[in-house]
Amino acid sequence: MRSILYLLIGVFFGIVLFKSEAASWFRIYEMFQFKSFHMYGIIGSAVGFGIMITQLIKKSKVKSVFGEEIIIQPKEYSIKRYLLGGILFGLGWALAGTCPGPMYALIGAGYFPIVLVLASATFGTYIYGVIKDKLPH
Amino acid sequence: MDWLFKPWEWYISGPLIAFTLFLLLIIGKRFGMSSNLRTLCSIGGAGKTVSFFNFDWKLQRWNLIVALGVLIGGSIASNFLTETSIVNLNPDVVSDLRNLGFESAGKDYMPSELFSNTVFGSLKGVLILIVGGFLVGFGARYAGGCTSGHAISGLSNLQLPSLIAVVGFFIGGLVMVHLLFPLIF
Repeated sequence: MRSILYLLIGVFFGIVLFKSEAASWFRIYEMFQFKSFHMYGIIGSAVGFGIMITQLIKKSKVKSVFGEEIIIQPKEYSIKRYLLGGILFGLGWALAGTCPGPMYALIGAGYFPIVLVLASATFGTYIYGVIKDKLPH
Repeated sequence: MDWLFKPWEWYISGPLIAFTLFLLLIIGKRFGMSSNLRTLCSIGGAGKTVSFFNFDWKLQRWNLIVALGVLIGGSIASNFLTETSIVNLNPDVVSDLRNLGFESAGKDYMPSELFSNTVFGSLKGVLILIVGGFLVGFGARYAGGCTSGHAISGLSNLQLPSLIAVVGFFIGGLVMVHLLFPLIF
């Protein structure tokens, strides 16, 4: 039963990603050129509503629909890993023009070469796992 | 209903992404897509040799199902909810991209130079997809999250680490587009 719920949430998110054009390589390029408000509007309004939703859930101590406590584990503080990892991610985001959510939507939309991007992203994750202890965190 | 088939404006799309975050929180899950890549490594057996992948991936099965849903959603949106998939870019961006060799700018949803099957005939095109994907996967895990996990979920939780990561995303993106694109394309 729960699996159907996860699937439906994913379908909804996939439709939004495609229809908002947030999955378009062109829109990412345009964003980094500061030539359109579109992507900033999407991320900004998502974060604006997201802050309200997250803070309300935390303050009201509301339980999940399955009666479990909702715990949002804060990330451990550091600068190096977030900045260095973030920069590497950003380089890839602008080059491939897609991040780990839209990739699936684009494969569904029939852009077959994205399979190569997804495979390579999985390999990149693997290499991170292999060398992570040697990296500054 | 006409609006449904046109590209969705930011003030529709942004709140709907926040609604996705709400749906996941209210069923007791976190919003973050890049952890699926780690799960895929674990399913592939990487946990036998690398401890980072040695965890019970079945606990992350829910997120893989979300990803499968995203794939189906992308298919539904492009096949049934889209009249024309041309992205209406700023004309300056269209001429910039044409100068870089992207003839498809202003005519399509994705640059056909990189995302149609003809890319497999171009070593440079294939390398761009491989290097771009690698950086996305490596960087997301190093930073502990991607656009959904840090920029949406993390900023919504008012987490400083996520703000640092998002600053990093933008430094990387700006360097790529402004300094490296003229060398690559």
